[in-house]
Amino acid sequence: MEASPALSYTSPPEVHPELHLDALDNLWFQVSGTLCNIACDHCFISCSPRNHSFELMTLAQIEPHLEASAALGVKEYYFTGGEPFMNKEMLDILERTLRYGPATVLTNGMLITPAKAARLQHLADNTRYSLELRVSLDGYTEAMNDAIRGKGVFKKAMAGVERLYAHGFLPIITVTKTWEDAEDEAVLQGFADLLKSHGYARPRIKILPSLKLGKEIARTQGYDRYEYVTAEMLEEYDCSQLICANSRVVTNRGVYVCPILIESPSARLGDTLEDAKRSYALQEQACYTCYLYGAICSNFSSGKRDA
Amino acid sequence: MMKKIALIGGVYSNYLALQETIKDARRRGVDAIYCLGDLGAFGPHPDRVFPLLSENEIAVVQGNYDHSIGNDLQDCQCGYTDPRDNYFAKISYDYTYANTSGENKRWMKALPPEIRLEMGGYRVLLCHGSPRKMNEFLWESTTPAHFLEKLCRDHQADIICATHTGIHWQVELPGDQHFANVGVIGRPENDGQTHVGYMILEVDPRPVFRYIPVEYDYRRLAREMQEEKLPEEFVETVLTGWWTTCLEILPAKERIRGKF
Repeated sequence: MEASPALSYTSPPEVHPELHLDALDNLWFQVSGTLCNIACDHCFISCSPRNHSFELMTLAQIEPHLEASAALGVKEYYFTGGEPFMNKEMLDILERTLRYGPATVLTNGMLITPAKAARLQHLADNTRYSLELRVSLDGYTEAMNDAIRGKGVFKKAMAGVERLYAHGFLPIITVTKTWEDAEDEAVLQGFADLLKSHGYARPRIKILPSLKLGKEIARTQGYDRYEYVTAEMLEEYDCSQLICANSRVVTNRGVYVCPILIESPSARLGDTLEDAKRSYALQEQACYTCYLYGAICSNFSSGKRDA
Repeated sequence: MMKKIALIGGVYSNYLALQETIKDARRRGVDAIYCLGDLGAFGPHPDRVFPLLSENEIAVVQGNYDHSIGNDLQDCQCGYTDPRDNYFAKISYDYTYANTSGENKRWMKALPPEIRLEMGGYRVLLCHGSPRKMNEFLWESTTPAHFLEKLCRDHQADIICATHTGIHWQVELPGDQHFANVGVIGRPENDGQTHVGYMILEVDPRPVFRYIPVEYDYRRLAREMQEEKLPEEFVETVLTGWWTTCLEILPAKERIRGKF
């Protein structure tokens, strides 16, 4: 990497730049809290079947935020966790959300039973808005994937992908980057080949940078001391690339600045969307990853196809 | 007072479709023709578009492509993340930049980011992507009605017209407000049809948008693109009506309807 202004810092900057919310375009829901049916080695909020630091959200808890979001002109809705389909009300929550606008679910695909896939298809067919499913996968072989995501995960996730495809979805396969840049092309090709061999003829693949938070710190290492966003770095930078310029996340414990930072006390902005419109000082080291890669939470994905 | 106008979306250097669109709009007796930007990209001979615009007194809104070419930027500002999409976008951009005259570049640099009109008491706002951002995509399946109402509020408009995505759609909002994405005439709409299209807005007394498909000599366009050594993937789109590149920007619903 080329030298950046950040390299001149050997300790955290004393003043963090404030970023204001341009518009609340993307509203996230931490719909399954930190509860997940698996416990991946690179999870940035250490989700697991036993992590109750954030709890499941009910439709009744979500509804008022949907209502408030319409008045604020929210453009898209995202559901994450943990594993959203751990939430028994997930399909009802989606049905309600799709009356307001487009919805995206970030899932590991393992809990998508035939009955759930059929209901998802019904929901998608009966709205003018897009319903996107983003399925996480971390290897194009069972061994590669399960080394990170746990034994038996690969087979169940691929069954979920097949079911979604059979029910008219083109799930976005989301992969956290755990390899070197030089391997980019080979890895992408590996995923494309895998998906095609499972009948998914035009796969959409999205690569995410790894976030050096939560369990990922043990897997690799945390951030270096200089890795902060400084005011200097934001000069001439397109701040609309940062999630906190256009997003907020609703949890059972209040509204936070972004889905990556829910475990940082500084990231809690209030109880309501109105409270959470205030600006945020970019004081966490994960902000540095967002700064480097930009728009990491959007749905844009690879459209690679064979010539 | 203007009652009936033609709204042309991205031209993408498709001067053959532009000729046919202008003829069609004149035949339908429009009071004026507007273009919502993105004059270059994709097609051959970018400079052939400009005389048609001036001869026909077509007012043009600046698109992201016009902004990039006019300001000598490095890329088209479409914001692709996929390496394959960026590869094709660069070919298209470099070709368009190299084949656009200095005079036309300067002209594009000076284009306005929006045009405002009044039609029958309605405040009409013409823009490229959205009123707040030149390169914002407003797709039918990812643009909630309440979001458009906010745009109308924030930008003091009753009718907003945009292009940029390449696929037309329209919606009537509560409170007699209206939005239309007028589509593009540069390439087909990813539906297996070779025609392109534009919109007519008529206010008499209520606003009505009509999408008008336009047939043109797409085989000739394909031939000229091949002669200019533009990618076969682009030629395939012209000949088949299916998009082959820059697919990552499509939301689920629009993507599923396509072939790739």
